[in-house]
Amino acid sequence: MTTTSTQRSTGLPRPTVPVGGGPRRRKHQVRPLRVRRVNKTTYIILSAFLFFSGFPLYYSVVVASHDNGVLGQVPPPLLPGDQLFTNIQRVFDTVAFGKAMWNSLLVSAVITFSVVLFSSLAGFAFAKLNFRGRPGLYVAVIATMMVPSQLGIIPLYMLMAKLQLIDTLYAVIAPSLVSAFGVFFMTQYLSAAVPTELLEAGRVDGCSTLSLFWHVVLPIARPAAAVLGMLTFMQAWNDFFWPLVVLTPENPTVQVSLSTIASGYITDFSLTLTGTALATLPLIIVFAFLGKQIIHGIMQGAIKG
Amino acid sequence: MKTWLHRADVKASPYLYVSPFFLLFGALGAFPLLFTAWVSLHDWSLLADDHPFIGLQNYRELLKDSFFWNALGNTASMWVLSTVPQLIFALILAHILNNRLRGQTMWRTGLLLPNITSVVAVAIIFGQLFGRDFGIINYLLGVLDLGQIDWQAGTASSHFAISVMVIWRWTGYNALIYLAAMQAVPDSLHEAAIIDGASSAQRLWRITIPSIRPTIIFTVIVSTIGGMQLFAEPLLFGGGGLTGGSDRQFQTLSLYLFEVGFGRFDFGYASATAWLMFVVIVVAAAFNFVLIRRIRRS
Repeated sequence: MTTTSTQRSTGLPRPTVPVGGGPRRRKHQVRPLRVRRVNKTTYIILSAFLFFSGFPLYYSVVVASHDNGVLGQVPPPLLPGDQLFTNIQRVFDTVAFGKAMWNSLLVSAVITFSVVLFSSLAGFAFAKLNFRGRPGLYVAVIATMMVPSQLGIIPLYMLMAKLQLIDTLYAVIAPSLVSAFGVFFMTQYLSAAVPTELLEAGRVDGCSTLSLFWHVVLPIARPAAAVLGMLTFMQAWNDFFWPLVVLTPENPTVQVSLSTIASGYITDFSLTLTGTALATLPLIIVFAFLGKQIIHGIMQGAIKG
Repeated sequence: MKTWLHRADVKASPYLYVSPFFLLFGALGAFPLLFTAWVSLHDWSLLADDHPFIGLQNYRELLKDSFFWNALGNTASMWVLSTVPQLIFALILAHILNNRLRGQTMWRTGLLLPNITSVVAVAIIFGQLFGRDFGIINYLLGVLDLGQIDWQAGTASSHFAISVMVIWRWTGYNALIYLAAMQAVPDSLHEAAIIDGASSAQRLWRITIPSIRPTIIFTVIVSTIGGMQLFAEPLLFGGGGLTGGSDRQFQTLSLYLFEVGFGRFDFGYASATAWLMFVVIVVAAAFNFVLIRRIRRS
């Protein structure tokens, strides 16, 4: 956090370039000219990377759409087959996959809502309100981003057992309700995007802090909140370690359910990869529509002092 | 009355707004981590009713535990095998993407696709690709007459396969982070270097890498923390299970922690494992931090 010293009295890191469609107040956007010409080799290298990125996903669809017996053929199939729907049926027959999908949706939605709300509130306070202890508390937020989450797992399990929440979705949701990254992300965005004069004007008109948050800050925060929401949703959907600890195969999330299919003694690849494709599909659909914003968000969130 | 309310609002509400984060994180993040230290000093089994205090006994046993050292070695090995190529690939990719290219969005989207795939899915997909009998990688090796490999059975081969999974999932993500940092490097530096006849590789080594060093340090530390917690890939690779293969050839620290805690329900011993892991992570992160700083200074 070397940038802190360059700041005025706030002690907060310098705002980065705004996310998404946020206001652009600086005349010079840091935009490289990028005049360097590239040759064909560049595109070939990039295509190779793209091929390696895409092939495993493509091939999992190929496997998912064939009968398991066909996979042993020489040469193995490289084009999708016609067994996809049969295999999907088998996935739903083998494990509680419908329930798993629903559970994952519920867990991810609640976590996303909570993280976005609490991060916006805390981000607003850190970015725009003056209070004693602010720099210290903000450093504490940054520091907690580095804490390895797996290490508190034993007491967390004991706590959930004591509260009789084992095998419930509450146990999955509770530890993810807030996110240090989210607070950091929203603080960065709001300190650049919300004009302080606007808040002052609101104060003069007699707005309480909460109505400033509601009527001024939230509308401005929307693009960043959307990006944070998408990142959080993906993370919650893909989370595995903790749900595996507290849930059972009868009441799983999608990832837990997948691991159940995959850890059978005789691996039925058509079955497991159909499950994998089903579990990944929702995210790929979201990504297809909003990939640009997600990439933008990751790149913005990455610039740390 | 009104001004009093107003002042209370201005003074108190900031604390109110940051409190959900601190309360929830304190209760479900910080407290468990600290309580782990307390549990680790006890003979604490889920199956027994009382938990006698035994001091550092768990740690003493752990330091003599060959499974622990095995897991530590495996974790370190897979961390090096996955992180070094991953970050080098990411640097090269970002350097390429930092040119004027057609279809920027398409390349970036494509490269990030692996990262939105869950670790479970990655482990399953690559488990199939690296399969002994029907895996397409062994098929290709067979076609090239290189002989087939039982990837899951050997130590080196299993570490390699698991590292490939990690590299696949994270290279594009790190490339985007590097790209974000590279775009802040003044273009004039590159222009001047080009006029002086510097090649693309020279510019990467002499301009870009020194300029984005803080970001490189950041990614190395993040991947240290992530790499030390490697879990789903070894758990699901070829049905390896909690032991990470029949000879524990790819059991990581996280798997061992899980095995002790939720296989044997020995919470005291598992907590000691968690704390030693924490120490290892901090030491590894600090070591990498110093190392990366050194490399670019010299």
